[in-house]
Amino acid sequence: MRLIINGEAQNICAKTLSELLSLMEYEGEWLATAVNGELVHREERAGHTLDENDRIEILTPMQGG
Amino acid sequence: MLNLYGAEIASRLLLGTARYPSPAILTEAVQRSQTAIVTVSLRRETAGGRNGGGFFDMIRALGVRVLPNTAGCHGVSEAVLTAKMAREVFQTNWIKLEVIGNHDTLQPDVFGLVEAARILSGEGFEVFPYTTDDLVVAERLLEAGCKVLMPWCAPIGSAAGPLNLSALRAIRGHFPEVPLIVDAGIGRPSHAATVMELGFDAVLLNTAVAGAGDPVSMAEAFARAIEAGHQAFGAGMLEPREMAVPSTPVIGTAVFA
Repeated sequence: MRLIINGEAQNICAKTLSELLSLMEYEGEWLATAVNGELVHREERAGHTLDENDRIEILTPMQGG
Repeated sequence: MLNLYGAEIASRLLLGTARYPSPAILTEAVQRSQTAIVTVSLRRETAGGRNGGGFFDMIRALGVRVLPNTAGCHGVSEAVLTAKMAREVFQTNWIKLEVIGNHDTLQPDVFGLVEAARILSGEGFEVFPYTTDDLVVAERLLEAGCKVLMPWCAPIGSAAGPLNLSALRAIRGHFPEVPLIVDAGIGRPSHAATVMELGFDAVLLNTAVAGAGDPVSMAEAFARAIEAGHQAFGAGMLEPREMAVPSTPVIGTAVFA
């Protein structure tokens, strides 16, 4: 399935958002996720099914001013 | 003591966490400054969460409050979504709201800022808006639900110092009860002391400390200048005048001729 992950198109077979994070070896309580411009809470990731061409953002803490 | 959205804050210096020579220097600068609040950001992760995780652990170890920002956001929906993602990660309703309107000056898009502030306030966020020194915009932000204002004194990272003292004075005068934090444009401790002497409640800094030759020492210098300016405002300063006034009493002056 074609997904846009952090701005880059990738082909990954994942049914849900949590499955995608696991396949990509993303882990940690500090991750924030959004799909198609909407926040997906941590506890909602397992139930959030993905569709072709979904835009997924995975953000983590970074230095800032 | 400084009160921000009901929280009692011991220091009047808020410190950014970007552009330090090393994590160790950042940690030491935060400690030496005795700041109680640091600003952080969110960015796309490429290392499976490991980059952000390491930084997250370091920030938590500092034992200070975290003020996440929406730095780099150029639109309302982008800023609102980033704020929500920041709340998910940092477990705080505080958000330093930035909606950038111009690439060169990094000045806020004040129209988008007010709109985003209204949306986020309605969703339970406690918004710290990075704004210009415009009085009417300040009014609109307060109407939108903001209980703190963060006007710039010069463009971000410019180190130019307060460019429009009249505007800052006007904001202070119009909103005597609103916590006011000068954000952006401070370059030197004397700049920070100047805005504190105007009666501002706090200063938010990053580049002036992180980019200094000795960031740790500079962090302390700023902390002292901010406290000195705050104390001086409370003590009541003299107004400047054109002509001299003898400081030594004239009565009893010896006459030798």
